Amino acid sequence: MTTDTNFTNTELGTDITTEDVRDGFELLDDWEERYGYIMDLGKKLPAFPDDERREENYVHGCQSQVWLIHWKDPESGRLYLLIDSDAMIVRGLAAIIMIALNGRTPEDLLAVDIEGLFEELDLMRHISPTRGNGLRAMVEQIRATAQQYT
Amino acid sequence: MNLEQVRADFPILEQEVNGKPLVYLDNAASAQKPQAVMDAMTQYFRETHSNVHRGAHSLGDRATALFEGARETVRSQINATSANEIIWTRGTTEGINLVANGFYRSLKQGDEILVSRMEHHANIVPWQMLAEATGATLKVIEVTADGDLDQQSFRDQLSERTKVFAITAVSNVLGTINPTQEMVATAKAVGAYTLVDGAQAIPHLGADVQALDCDFYVFSGHKLFGPTGIGVLYGREDLLNEWPVYQTGGEMIHRVSFEGTSFQKAPYRFEAGTPAIAEAIGLATAMRYLDDLGHDNLREAEAALGRRVDEWVADFPGLTRYGQAQNKVPVLSFWLEGLHPSDLGTLLDQQGIAIRTGHHCCMPLMEHFGIAGTARASFAFYNTVEEVDTFFQGLQRIQRLFTGK
Ligand SMILES: Cc1ncc(COP(=O)(O)O)c(C=O)c1O
Repeated sequence: MTTDTNFTNTELGTDITTEDVRDGFELLDDWEERYGYIMDLGKKLPAFPDDERREENYVHGCQSQVWLIHWKDPESGRLYLLIDSDAMIVRGLAAIIMIALNGRTPEDLLAVDIEGLFEELDLMRHISPTRGNGLRAMVEQIRATAQQYT
Repeated sequence: MNLEQVRADFPILEQEVNGKPLVYLDNAASAQKPQAVMDAMTQYFRETHSNVHRGAHSLGDRATALFEGARETVRSQINATSANEIIWTRGTTEGINLVANGFYRSLKQGDEILVSRMEHHANIVPWQMLAEATGATLKVIEVTADGDLDQQSFRDQLSERTKVFAITAVSNVLGTINPTQEMVATAKAVGAYTLVDGAQAIPHLGADVQALDCDFYVFSGHKLFGPTGIGVLYGREDLLNEWPVYQTGGEMIHRVSFEGTSFQKAPYRFEAGTPAIAEAIGLATAMRYLDDLGHDNLREAEAALGRRVDEWVADFPGLTRYGQAQNKVPVLSFWLEGLHPSDLGTLLDQQGIAIRTGHHCCMPLMEHFGIAGTARASFAFYNTVEEVDTFFQGLQRIQRLFTGK
């Protein structure tokens, strides 16, 4: 059973903020370091419950498998996400998305400029519609979910 | 063949990607175009373009002559008997759909369609739809652990019930060269119609449809160093003339009235609407270009690449190769321990190396190997042995940095 704490037990989007990610990227010189850093962020993704790896939680992308579930805290009204992927870079990018979006009210979430952030970090190609890695679909799905609650 | 000169014919290869010289190893997805193809198309647009088969003017006559000349080039390059056997399509996918469409009225319950597990989705789904609609059964030839077609499985499943036998000549994932000619002969002996998917074969092996003796042969221009949006369906002329029409409209009719319409003979009965004229000319130019280089020279250059790949693979810890067939074209499908193919693709791209990752439109084959996808490096004659080395050195670097090996 997936419980509330599955969702809230993470530093992504709470302790770790997009400011931290920006600062982190500033220190990196070359692609090796950049992708090493991205993959390390991926290791911070909270555990994804095995029994949630189901078809209905599957985000269809071409190259890697991505799962996404959410929970809305009835008290605070905030949305919490859990994301999983079998690819390390996708996990890292998902962590950046979580850092930007996790634990926000639907209105706040919808106001976040994810594309702007990815542009700034020079990662835009990873969430552009031309890359079939499911990240684009994931961002859209998160927004659609938030939209439902507004 | 002077490889340096040949490479100079492909201007796209002379560029940097992510600050590194481009190493293009995604040729099985789509091959690059020689300057001659671009020139032929540009010249056509600058000097000749007009609609074909209908003009009462000189430009139209010249465009038609070029267009029909292109058809004749294809005929001679694949050794068809008549140019009427060459139908322009959008590509392999459309060719297969055109043929499958012709069976909708004739196939019935109890009939069988035989394909293999290593088919591209383009040679599975149209048959699956056909089977669903007609009540026929889709049968599957299994693949061995090495990535060959299981000939026992083929013989077991072939019978008088087999009405269609549709098979790829070369696997886009494994590189396996199938014994297509023998299998076609065996299938014809039980009375099946035979279709050969030549999308991956023709860029490496060429095609001789009379030797193959199949009913239908399909391929795509863009994998054969020609343009996108054009491909060829070869069919035996007598068969084509009685084959049900596919798309209908202008160009393909003989006479139209509201009482009824009669259709042209092949090839025009299958070419409804204005065709891809410049693309047809471009494809013919590509085939002539390859012919000029000499098919034996191309094979030799590719074999050298294949040998270098084999040497690296033989001594590369953590690399699992899918497809160990004796007879194969230079394609390497693999998995590197500890790294998802999609990660590999991204990290190689950072080094200017272009490969493809994923299921390669062959999900049933992935299932056979119990994997979700592979990384695939596919080579063309314009690739160099140095590029093979760069690719494997790139893999080593990734392995060292990101898997701690
Ligand atoms: C064996 C095979 N068949 C069919 C196709 C489909 O070709 P196209 O997309 O050009 O129609 C491909 C392309 O990847 C292929 O490799």
